[in-house]
Amino acid sequence: MKRVYVNEEWCLGCHLCEYYCAFANSGVSDMVKALKNVRINPRIRIEEENGVSFAVSCRHCNDPICVKSCITGALTRENGAVVFNHDKCVGCFTCVLSCPYGAIMPSDDSVVQKCELCMKNSFGAPVCVQHCPNQAIVYEER
Amino acid sequence: MKYVIIGNSAAAVGCIEGIRQIDRESPITLIASEPHHTYSRPLISYLLCGRTDEERMKYRPDSFYEENGVQALLGQTVTAIDPEKKTVSLSDGEQISYDKLMVATGSRPFVPPIDGLDQVKNKFTFMTLDDAHALENALTPSSRVLIMGAGLIGLKCAEGIEGKAASITVVDLADHILPSILQPEPAALVQKYIESHSSIRFVLGDAAARFTENTAVLKSGKELPFDVLCVCVGVRPNTALISEAGGAVGRGITVNEKSETSLPDIYAGGDCTECHDITIDGTRILALLPNAYLQGETAGINMAGGVNGEEKLFDTAIPLNAIGFFGLHMVTAGSYDGEVTVQSGEDSYRLFAVKDGHLNGFILIGDVARAGIYTSMIRTQRPIDSVDFELLLEKPQLMAFTRADRKEMLAKAH
Repeated sequence: MKRVYVNEEWCLGCHLCEYYCAFANSGVSDMVKALKNVRINPRIRIEEENGVSFAVSCRHCNDPICVKSCITGALTRENGAVVFNHDKCVGCFTCVLSCPYGAIMPSDDSVVQKCELCMKNSFGAPVCVQHCPNQAIVYEER
Repeated sequence: MKYVIIGNSAAAVGCIEGIRQIDRESPITLIASEPHHTYSRPLISYLLCGRTDEERMKYRPDSFYEENGVQALLGQTVTAIDPEKKTVSLSDGEQISYDKLMVATGSRPFVPPIDGLDQVKNKFTFMTLDDAHALENALTPSSRVLIMGAGLIGLKCAEGIEGKAASITVVDLADHILPSILQPEPAALVQKYIESHSSIRFVLGDAAARFTENTAVLKSGKELPFDVLCVCVGVRPNTALISEAGGAVGRGITVNEKSETSLPDIYAGGDCTECHDITIDGTRILALLPNAYLQGETAGINMAGGVNGEEKLFDTAIPLNAIGFFGLHMVTAGSYDGEVTVQSGEDSYRLFAVKDGHLNGFILIGDVARAGIYTSMIRTQRPIDSVDFELLLEKPQLMAFTRADRKEMLAKAH
């Protein structure tokens, strides 16, 4: 299946992926309205230090420890992607404690959030990748 | 091939999903004493405080048994296993044969023998959905609740009923709360937070010596009147089916890394077992849902013949707890012996224990984001000198790994 892969050496550290992620998952149709004066909490995160930067988001593992550790059944695998059922989650953070990549994050509404490859929002494919100016993240089969 | 599973919680579900990764066809019979569709037991406190409901706390969808070809005999209890004839007996006398058997019988609340305890009428334990309903039905706004045990179950019980009773007092013989996962200093921080965010009060370093119907007399002589008593002092694994069948049992059912018991074609997983904890290099009971699932899945895969004939091993079991009280989150993993580093603040605490050159345990209270990066260091026993450990202790981050390691993590399929 297609996943989001990182080309670290091409990352500019521009954070556009974070802004597009926050916009895509805001449910608001206008990007400015979605992000103006908002402290974003995106599902993809840039790490940067000493001139090195790269994006981290869910790896959609074939053998996802988060899904197996979830105490509620809120995390499942659908067609290879690890998806999240907000309704079932109680915010225990066992998945946060389990993900080796730190890719499942506490959300602003006291549960968790993760990359679902924009399958559930109106975009249908990872918007972070579409707007990365330097192909530092790509969406492809590997 | 005919599979039989005793139990209906995480290890049983893991077993079903493990079997079905390999064998889509052969019939599975699941037998469980509780009459309910599989549900998540740790959610009963969330149910009481309204953060979930019975529909949402189902561990798998309603269609789960049907989709997985499982005949679920719910509300039926297995009374014996005959490993020679390869049958299990039900309480109604029926016998069911198996080729491969999974024992996922869980644990039961331990009720200590205390003078007068059997005279207490409004007495509850806190483990099952029925327990939660019974407790809820007994509570009135004027109830004085006494909870015995300041461990994970006792405190989750307290949080669940906060606001539904006139008072909640938690008593524990230990001198600090959450003794199974926290040391005194972080426990004091959590206790202070709970006391300032709820009406829950603690009596520590003391325990009930005897009871009358509505009063606990503590060892110190102090008397605590109550209307409702919750006994949350611990659990005991349900091992009798295996021991009576002649299988090896320590504190829990003995299993190996393949989730096999000492009896042929009988597997076990979850809270009824003891297993190898890599952070102490020893055997202990790890009564944790993720551990139960992983043991169960391992059992299921091996019951069905393994992955391409190769046996599945679960050899990375570690203690792991994610829990929160009134909005304060904490995560803990591993064991805390070794060289310990502590960083503490007002409502935050971080502890790291390094042993034999790798991270062996940690506690994070407050900011717990990305803690799984630390957990993975423990599970893989990765040498700390293979990462920038100083940077990693600042916060969990992949920046602390080498560029080559990051390429493995972020540029490859897993």
